[in-house]
Amino acid sequence: MATVMEMPKLSDTMKEGAVARWLKKEGEKVTAGHPVVEIETDKATMEFESPASGTLIKIIVGDKQTCDLNAPIAVIGKADENWQEALDKYNSKKKGGAAAPAKASAPAAATSTTVAAAPSASVTPTSTLDRLRASPLAKRVAADKGIDLRSIQGSGPNGRIVVRDVENLTGGAATSSVAVPGFSAAPAAEMEKVPLSMMRKTIARRLVESTSTAPHFYLTISINMGPLLAWRKATIAKVSEAEKFSVNDLIVFLVSRALRKHPNINSSWQNDFIAQYNSVHMGVAVALPAGLVTPVVRHADKLSLVQIAQKNRELIKLARDGKLQPDDYSGGTFTISNLGMSGIEEFTAIINPPQAAILAVGSTVATPVVNEDGDVEVEQRMRVTLSCDHRVIDGAQGAEFLKTLKTYFEDPMACLFMG
Amino acid sequence: MPAPTNAQLVEFYKDMLLARRFEERCGQLYVQQKFSGFCHLYIGQEAVSTGTLNAIRKGQDYVISGYRDHVQPITLGMSAREVMAEMLGKSTGCASGRGGSMHMFSQKLRYLGGHGIVGGQVPLAAGVGWKIRSMKEDLVCLCFMGDAAINQGQFHEALNMAAIWDLPVVFIIENNLYGMGTAISRTCSLNVLADRAKGYAMRQAVVDGRNVLNTYAQMYEIIEETRKTNKPILVEMQTYRFRGHSMSDPQTYRSKEEVERERSQDCLQTLRDHMVANGVATDDDFDKWEEEISEVVEDSVVFAEESPEPELHTIYDHVLAP
Amino acid sequence: MAVISYREALRQAMTEEMERDPTVFLMGEEVGEYNGAYKVSKGMLAQFGPMRVVDSPISEAGFCGLGVGAAMVGMRPIIEMMTWNFAIQAFDQIINHAAKMYYMSGGQFPIPMVIRGPHGAAHMLSAQHSQCVDHMLVNVPGMIVISTVIPADAKGLMKSAIRNNNPVCFLESEMTYGREGEVPDGEYLIPIGVGDIKRKGEHVTLVAWNKMVYLALEVAEELAQEGIEVEVLDPRTLQPLDENLIFESVRKTHRLVVLEEGWGISTIGNYIVDRTVTECFDELDAPPARVHNHFVPMPYNETLEHEVLPNRERLIAAIKKVMYR
Repeated sequence: MATVMEMPKLSDTMKEGAVARWLKKEGEKVTAGHPVVEIETDKATMEFESPASGTLIKIIVGDKQTCDLNAPIAVIGKADENWQEALDKYNSKKKGGAAAPAKASAPAAATSTTVAAAPSASVTPTSTLDRLRASPLAKRVAADKGIDLRSIQGSGPNGRIVVRDVENLTGGAATSSVAVPGFSAAPAAEMEKVPLSMMRKTIARRLVESTSTAPHFYLTISINMGPLLAWRKATIAKVSEAEKFSVNDLIVFLVSRALRKHPNINSSWQNDFIAQYNSVHMGVAVALPAGLVTPVVRHADKLSLVQIAQKNRELIKLARDGKLQPDDYSGGTFTISNLGMSGIEEFTAIINPPQAAILAVGSTVATPVVNEDGDVEVEQRMRVTLSCDHRVIDGAQGAEFLKTLKTYFEDPMACLFMG
Repeated sequence: MPAPTNAQLVEFYKDMLLARRFEERCGQLYVQQKFSGFCHLYIGQEAVSTGTLNAIRKGQDYVISGYRDHVQPITLGMSAREVMAEMLGKSTGCASGRGGSMHMFSQKLRYLGGHGIVGGQVPLAAGVGWKIRSMKEDLVCLCFMGDAAINQGQFHEALNMAAIWDLPVVFIIENNLYGMGTAISRTCSLNVLADRAKGYAMRQAVVDGRNVLNTYAQMYEIIEETRKTNKPILVEMQTYRFRGHSMSDPQTYRSKEEVERERSQDCLQTLRDHMVANGVATDDDFDKWEEEISEVVEDSVVFAEESPEPELHTIYDHVLAP
Repeated sequence: MAVISYREALRQAMTEEMERDPTVFLMGEEVGEYNGAYKVSKGMLAQFGPMRVVDSPISEAGFCGLGVGAAMVGMRPIIEMMTWNFAIQAFDQIINHAAKMYYMSGGQFPIPMVIRGPHGAAHMLSAQHSQCVDHMLVNVPGMIVISTVIPADAKGLMKSAIRNNNPVCFLESEMTYGREGEVPDGEYLIPIGVGDIKRKGEHVTLVAWNKMVYLALEVAEELAQEGIEVEVLDPRTLQPLDENLIFESVRKTHRLVVLEEGWGISTIGNYIVDRTVTECFDELDAPPARVHNHFVPMPYNETLEHEVLPNRERLIAAIKKVMYR
């Protein structure tokens, strides 16, 4: 009895799957529980195990092809078995009958991302398109560009997706186009079409969702980093290589401790209630060539500084190698985005939904400051900006959290005492 | 007018006999469902076609008609084959199977068609007259119509124009007493249909269309007068159709006695009697011609039946002229 | 190139063709001594005489039928209808005779004839004198239908129409006889069935003909101020229609508006939309829009008439609708 292998749903936000590559060829033996295919999700490329032992008698969705979730991707059975019969039997059993055919678009190179950590509503494959309203041209352009129309909000009558909606998403004119006076697209000769990776599509969709649903406000505070940096410098000179820690590790450590004191910041909007989390699972944004990933340091508020440093090093390596697993990037309760090492002094970040806040960390800069005696001194100052979802957090609550944060940074002893 | 020679009399007789036998065969083929649509038979009116069209310059003068048009082209010289093939809608028909029973045409014979809209051909005849006048030709146009056409507006408009511009057109009302199933006496206030001409200060004439010799003689005079003067004329041709208006006509509008009375003046019998009485032909001659004509008619049927259907890819041919 | 009026352009075309071909003649109500109801044939009687410029009785069916008969035997009549409203009297001749003759005679009798006259509404002429029949005419195989009011196009197409071997319905407009434009001198022929882009634009294709071209061009200029570039396409010939020119334009603009006089049901606009949706389905970013008369007989009252006819306001609304603006 042959087994039909389906496209697995490997992350909550995954809406379609792509076969990165088959590890076995048609006709080769496979063993249940052993990897047989690499699947590219919206976040990562993951090995996936064979559901049965036998021969891989038919590959339905080939390398670099995408298909809907739970669509058949291969048939495993005895070497001489008729795969078509097995597939027909499978299809007739499956309600709705026909197998979703493979789509032609080739996904970009695999990487991983945790732009999204939230559970999302389950998706019904294929039939969703029937309910979409889109102009024929918008459909064609979206198909050409590999854009999922379901990720687009239509601006036409009855929410019809029109070509400008598709173009706005891709930030360029796909057709000889129209629309906004004063806007003229660069001539086609001056642009290069960059295909969208699964990661890029996910980033786009999640961040549009965040800015269009979560009302953001921003609070900035300046922190004197002089004492902390001096302490770090003195300390890492004394410890072993394995125990060394970065400024970023310190930030994760201190922010986690501050969040423990302010659970109203460590929370998320859940439509009919607000979830406040008992533990801090800290997302740390990592920039990669293909986009942004946010691996999660679990229980960061309970880890020692050294443990945090080790965990950070481990996750960054996995991210750079494209080897993050869903557990590594899901379930975050708060996110830190640090562009200080890039020389950015201050910026605002977009909240990673459904989290309620994100902290944007700028670089530490020597800054003249008027002290209590009215004299000007030079201090090492770092500016951090908290982006808050106003549905969850009010201004004063955010300010309280930043006050705690400032205290911890400027007086780590206070953290020991208060945190 | 030169009196018809004996040879001409034979020709007239054979022409009318061919017309009669041809139309009878058409009627048979229709009920055998060899063709469909319309079929307006000329049986009884043969002397009109033979007498009139032998009085013109065939191939030069123009002739246009209504939809009772199977016989006139034959008198003008069209082969029975071409007419029968058109009846059957074949590619060898005189309109390549595009016209059918009501629309016989011949560019060569200057037969400008059978036309299907009652009275619609009358202004066309005025246009032909206009051309003859414009080009200063020594020709006439004959325009046949049924009696009911004189109640159509276009008839009046055309007669008016022909009269004011002196167009050489002979308008011929074939008065067979019925417009389809309605007696003309019920639809026209005039007792003499030719009196319509009075409204246009046009010449008029009433011609006995049952006797081919009368018809020929009178029409010859009328046509030549028209040729000479360019003055149009309205001719009421008295005739009768022995058959119904069309194949589906139950003829409840007229009595059997009336039909029998008319049949006693059958143009074929009248001419035959004349020819026998004057020693032009014997019974043997008539038997021989009957056989000859029968062969011509049967040949036309075989030809039509064996002719190819128009090919489908030619469906767009002749929509627009190059 | 001389700047002359539309009526002069038509007259020039007819005069040149009558000089060129002795079989061409002009017949209609008041075309001779009165110089034409709209002075299109001014001076032609003096030049050509009464056998070639012919005052007819008021008998539209009659003299139109006369034209058909004359055409059957080698003449090339130009039949002037004082307006196309009156030509409805002659529809039996146009539709049953002129259009059918070549076909039902198996190709033996072509009808080289032009039937011409003003068409559509003018100004406060009310219900019986303001009708559009273009869509009725294009529905009949065996005829050519030309509808143009641009002086140069009128000359080039009228000359082609007179030389064509088929019945040609030539639709003019009272409102534009005096409008002027540059017209090439002498031999100038425009092929039948070829449309013309009157204004280039990249955002929306606006198909319009006859006097609606002027409204289309005015609105196009106005909308250019708002950044909407309208391509105004004049098919000039309605039967056969230059469909490919429309498709090419829509493939560029992705939007279609058809502006036409008439009642909007089973019209040329319907046909253009039908063909465009079929041929350019994947190119369309909005459902095509149409602007046409309200479905009422033409009222006499000026304000009501303005509302019934396609007007600037409704055209702008239609264009903005397909632009999602």
